[in-house]
Amino acid sequence: MSVTVLSRRGFLDTIFSAGALVLSAPLVSEAASKADAAAWHPSVYLGIETDGTVLIVSHRSEMGTGIRSVLPMLLADELDADWKRVKVEQAIGDTRYGSQNTDGSCSIRDFYDAIREAGASARLMLERAAASKWNVPVGECQVKLHQVVHEKSGKKAGLGELVKLASTQQAPKAAELKFKSPADYRYIGKDTPMIDADDIVTGKGQFGYDAKMPGMLIASIERPPVYGSSVAKVDDTEARKVAGVAQTVTLDKFQPPQMFKQLGGVAVLANSTWAAMQARKKLKVEWTASPNAEYESGAYKSKLAEAARKPQKVVRKVGDVDAALAGAAKTHEAEYYVPLLSHAPMEPPAAVAEFKDGKVVTWAATQNPQAVQEAVSEALGIKKEDVTCHVTLLGGGFGRKSKPDYVVEAALLSKKAGKPVKVVWTREDDIRFDYYHAVAAMYMKAGLDASGKTTGWLQRSVFPTIGSTFNADARYGQEFEMGMGWMDVPFDIPNHRAENGPAQNHVRIGWMRSVANIYHAFAVHSFVDELAHLAGKDPVQYLLSTLGPDRKITIPPEGDLKYWNNTMPQEKYPVDTARLRRVIEIAAEKSGWANKKPGNGRALGIAAHRSFLSYIAAVVEIEMGSDGKIRIPRVDFAVDCGTILHPDRVKSQFEGAGVFGASIARMGEITAANGQIQQSNFHNYPVARMNEAPRETHVHIVPSTDLPAGVGEPGVPPIPPAICNAIYRATGKRVRELPLKRHGLA
Amino acid sequence: MIRLKINGTSRQYEGDPDMPLLWFLRDNLELTGTKYGCGMGLCGSCTVHVDGKAARACVTPMKSIEGKNVLTIEGLSAKGDHPLQRAWKQCAVAQCGYCQPGQIMQAASLLKEKPKPTDADIEAAMQGNICRCGTYERIRKAVKIAAGVQA
Ligand code: FES
Ligand code: FES
Repeated sequence: MSVTVLSRRGFLDTIFSAGALVLSAPLVSEAASKADAAAWHPSVYLGIETDGTVLIVSHRSEMGTGIRSVLPMLLADELDADWKRVKVEQAIGDTRYGSQNTDGSCSIRDFYDAIREAGASARLMLERAAASKWNVPVGECQVKLHQVVHEKSGKKAGLGELVKLASTQQAPKAAELKFKSPADYRYIGKDTPMIDADDIVTGKGQFGYDAKMPGMLIASIERPPVYGSSVAKVDDTEARKVAGVAQTVTLDKFQPPQMFKQLGGVAVLANSTWAAMQARKKLKVEWTASPNAEYESGAYKSKLAEAARKPQKVVRKVGDVDAALAGAAKTHEAEYYVPLLSHAPMEPPAAVAEFKDGKVVTWAATQNPQAVQEAVSEALGIKKEDVTCHVTLLGGGFGRKSKPDYVVEAALLSKKAGKPVKVVWTREDDIRFDYYHAVAAMYMKAGLDASGKTTGWLQRSVFPTIGSTFNADARYGQEFEMGMGWMDVPFDIPNHRAENGPAQNHVRIGWMRSVANIYHAFAVHSFVDELAHLAGKDPVQYLLSTLGPDRKITIPPEGDLKYWNNTMPQEKYPVDTARLRRVIEIAAEKSGWANKKPGNGRALGIAAHRSFLSYIAAVVEIEMGSDGKIRIPRVDFAVDCGTILHPDRVKSQFEGAGVFGASIARMGEITAANGQIQQSNFHNYPVARMNEAPRETHVHIVPSTDLPAGVGEPGVPPIPPAICNAIYRATGKRVRELPLKRHGLA
Repeated sequence: MIRLKINGTSRQYEGDPDMPLLWFLRDNLELTGTKYGCGMGLCGSCTVHVDGKAARACVTPMKSIEGKNVLTIEGLSAKGDHPLQRAWKQCAVAQCGYCQPGQIMQAASLLKEKPKPTDADIEAAMQGNICRCGTYERIRKAVKIAAGVQA
């Protein structure tokens, strides 16, 4: 499918002026998979204005990865535009952009082809326009830094001058396009600065919390402290006495499943943030009973662990594990545990919305503006097209902000108040009412032969599934959760079985940066390290030998489960052990593994994990302080993410993943008692600070021309096991339950 | 009535004297570069200078700053070219950017007190500022570049 010139462009009219040349490049894979795509193929959009300004629509949300800069940069480079004359417009939510859900580490992977096609098509059309204007062969004309040049005659024309002529042409066919060679890139691979860098260091960046609408009220909401309960009775007398308070609104209880519906509660609407927050504290609310009131983290943990000790649903089977374990020279078993976690993005959820004449306009810090359209339209009983969602910068997302319950709150409150309403979550709201990363228990058992080789491997996980957010009866891990480091353990073990047991959720469960990989990788990569020590082998050597010979593994379906593989075909993105081996070798070499023997309370630990189609190995160096707590002087990441566009943003994502992983390992823990979440702010839900983060992170990027894969998430999973593996080598203490704070180690 | 100076301009406030400076800046003056992150003095997102020293605006009640000089990220430099702002861009520190105004204001106060900070000085001064995106290593580097000490 090829690029189209858009003459009538309806929904893009606010972005491009009438005289501009506007192209859309269809997203082939998505168009093919969506039945309703025939009318208008989801596309990438590019416009060239008559004054030469190149306008690129960024349809992905910026939450810190740099995607809002890097995708337009790729387009500008393919067109050979002058980056200084490129303007990036942030798209509103609209299915015509294809998926806008900035989640799952797939922005570059999914849009790479279409973006390059858009750029190359525009370039060819401008060259053709110049050729016809000058009456010279098109092969002699070339776009060079924002102008078309005819070398022989020395003729030059700016892109803007050629727009009118170019607009009269047919768009080129895909087969006619010539792509730039990577050697000729000006911006890609060159660490070009992010477009928002100036705004951020001067405080001008506009986040969801900063959004405003004329005449708006600000709302703070008291939500049911136990999941599933609702307002029984409310006394708002004192709250309404607070100066600046306009009204209070009781929000309805949602009907399961949860989806992205709001939680209910009582909102205070006021003319200032302070008044709303203060008055809210003066509400007297009685809540209805909830079956979740018995939820207690300690008891729940025992339940999960118990289930993990019993045979459960098989999700992958190779050989005969039971026979292998029975006949093993040595067996070893271990249980692992990772608690509930909260995303805690630096900016708590916030959005402003106005309901007027049956339509909603909102400005929201959201990873997924189309989900905003859906959730708001459902909650208000209006059409999806009647919800306009503008996207602000996001002060962090990590998956939290792809769940737009807070935008629904703002829209509902605006409808009740007859005015625009901004909903601001406090940090306490954020931590007490998250869509939590699931708590998980894992049971592992292995058998070794006399030489120390692992001959049998059994793994079981039990956790409340994200599926429960969308289907209240879901109890087992979904296909995507099983596909995250569980069905796809790449070890060369002749007898191998993976299982998954059921669990009921008592809070909202959601996806957080790298999702189920977090607990699965923790168990798998801690356990293989345990086996290395049991076999008396060096952990890196043991890991490599367990990984076995270079091969591409095809994971077969098991029962009703197919191997998820990030929705990609296994032929295109196979599980390739050669790539995993290579990153292990690089990380070991660059970290100085062979020479840095454990001693003096210092040691290295390793873990290597494939997720989001990328291959990552991390070597973490830890040092035991005299206070008995760990420090992390150094992390070495070796990363193979296929083709990459912006090495520095790749590095920064891994630096960030090292810190995020350190938070999970050291101190991340959400607990519940009497159904209520016990943490509320950074004093009791701490995250890593400068002195607790890895001090130096070295990111070694494996040069690759493979298809682009994920970057934002895959750095997280190897960090907690690598830290615990290092602690074992430094101290002989094996930590199987996170966080380290519980063990006095952080 | 509370009078004070914000980025050199005289301002007046009438209202709840317990309201933190943060909301005066954000809601009343629309100076939204100062961010809310915790409201408890735990994260540093709201860091401003009060009479030249770093302070957490979220726990600084209006009644406590009568007659004082407040500097926010918007007033740190006229053209966004304070040495720290330049170093921040040079090192491409920001990821989401939400914590960064607070980080920069905290670092600016450090450099005022200690123009040539050591690693330990930086760590001690910056520990109160959380960056959930994990940009700490670059923050440390940028502070050193701005201070002209070995980075
Ligand atoms: S918002 Fe003030 S310290 Fe966190
Ligand atoms: S850059 Fe996102 S919180 Fe610091």
